[in-house]
Amino acid sequence: MTLILEVKDIYKSFDELAVLKGISFDVHQGEVKVIFGPSGSGKSTMLRCINMLDPPQSGDILLHGQSLMDPSANLNKLRAKIGMVFQSFNLFAHMKAIDNIALGPRRVLGLSKEVSMEIAHQALERVKLSDRAHHYPAELSGGQQQRIGIARALAMQPDVILFDEPTSALDPELIGEVLQVMLDIAKEGTTMIVVTHEMGFARAVADEMIFMDEGVIVERGTPQHFFAGAESERAQRFLHRLEVLYGQAEEES
Amino acid sequence: MTHGSLNGLGDSDMQELQEVIRWFQYIIVNGLPATLLLTFLGLVFGFILGLLFALGRVYAPRPIKVAISTYERIMRSIPILVLMFMFVFGFPGLFNFVGAGTNATLMAVAFALALRSSAYQAGIFRSAIQSVSPGQLQAAQAIGMTNLQANVFIVLPQAFRLAVPGWSNEYAVVIKDTSFAMAVGIAEMNKLALNLQVESPEFMLFILFVLTLVYFCFTYPVTKYAGEIMTKRLKRLGLGGG
Repeated sequence: MTLILEVKDIYKSFDELAVLKGISFDVHQGEVKVIFGPSGSGKSTMLRCINMLDPPQSGDILLHGQSLMDPSANLNKLRAKIGMVFQSFNLFAHMKAIDNIALGPRRVLGLSKEVSMEIAHQALERVKLSDRAHHYPAELSGGQQQRIGIARALAMQPDVILFDEPTSALDPELIGEVLQVMLDIAKEGTTMIVVTHEMGFARAVADEMIFMDEGVIVERGTPQHFFAGAESERAQRFLHRLEVLYGQAEEES
Repeated sequence: MTHGSLNGLGDSDMQELQEVIRWFQYIIVNGLPATLLLTFLGLVFGFILGLLFALGRVYAPRPIKVAISTYERIMRSIPILVLMFMFVFGFPGLFNFVGAGTNATLMAVAFALALRSSAYQAGIFRSAIQSVSPGQLQAAQAIGMTNLQANVFIVLPQAFRLAVPGWSNEYAVVIKDTSFAMAVGIAEMNKLALNLQVESPEFMLFILFVLTLVYFCFTYPVTKYAGEIMTKRLKRLGLGGG
């Protein structure tokens, strides 16, 4: 398995508040990592550290062995290889769906207009929204906007895509269509790091799950490991709370 | 000569109508070009400077930010008439490269309007740039755009749309403030209205009404379009207020 991304002992604090206290993990080609944990545990910050939207104070992040923390690194070029899907979609509001997707290939990868449009149409097909190509983001439902967001990331043919709670801002009836797209691309071999509480998704495609709390990795393992019973008390409690929330567990305690 | 009779169109009424038409013609043909030229130059140079200042106030290092905001404060607090006097009489000959005399005076007045407008336009564009959601910039960076690309393709196009209603307001201010050019001897619309007063002082109120109507015709459609239609369009794009 080819090593794609290495996160090495990263620390991040905002003023006095330490958010990440030494996080390390590796991501291999085709792997799906699911990060979960209570809110405020540093999951989103960790994702934003990986593509340097919020650079960490120390540690290192390597993409194919190339450091993103190196001051001489071409950060824009490295970021082009790391896709990101945002909780609040962040589609470019003044552009139609198709232009949102074609912009990166055209301006960042420097491809011709025709080729960029071709790539964008293919990406739209993968998220099953070909019929919405000429709609503006504000004319689409939340679920459709997020699928366009995924297509925008896919069109760059990145080495890894980061998902920052991609379904948390959606109405319940719209979550399914987004998860389905994520399942599809995961099965097609896309390397993904997904911050989510959707345990059904984790169970179906995660190669490894990472439980974070208070800025550290508390426990990691396969979905089977976690669903058979987590070792740490914090993970147990959190998983139980999720189950209660989604109505899958009988109230015992 | 009788006037003021509203029922029926007698000879004197026809004469009055022709008189009013002549006033319109006189003001529009002789005064409107100067008014529009000053408005155009003031807004265009004000736009170029204002946009640069706005970008400076958002992205430049702190000392430049301070310098620009000081400039804005000064420009906002000088009466436009003082600025015009400054460039017409204070620095005589400064604009002689466009031809001494009327041309140089026109240019000086346009420059005064532009400097003042640049301070206001800088404010309009700065707040428009800052009201583009930070997520837009992050999404652009996340696909690997440089800061310049992110601004050219994402932030500024949205900021320009957001700025249109405020900018149309600035247009309305500048076109009306061209009237001060009368004080330095430019033959713009107010100056000509005063010429008419010399001819027929008893109709001054009517002449001023004609003048008002001309200004209105050049102001209202712009603010109407920019204020209402653009706001609706912005809403459709999910920009501005939501």
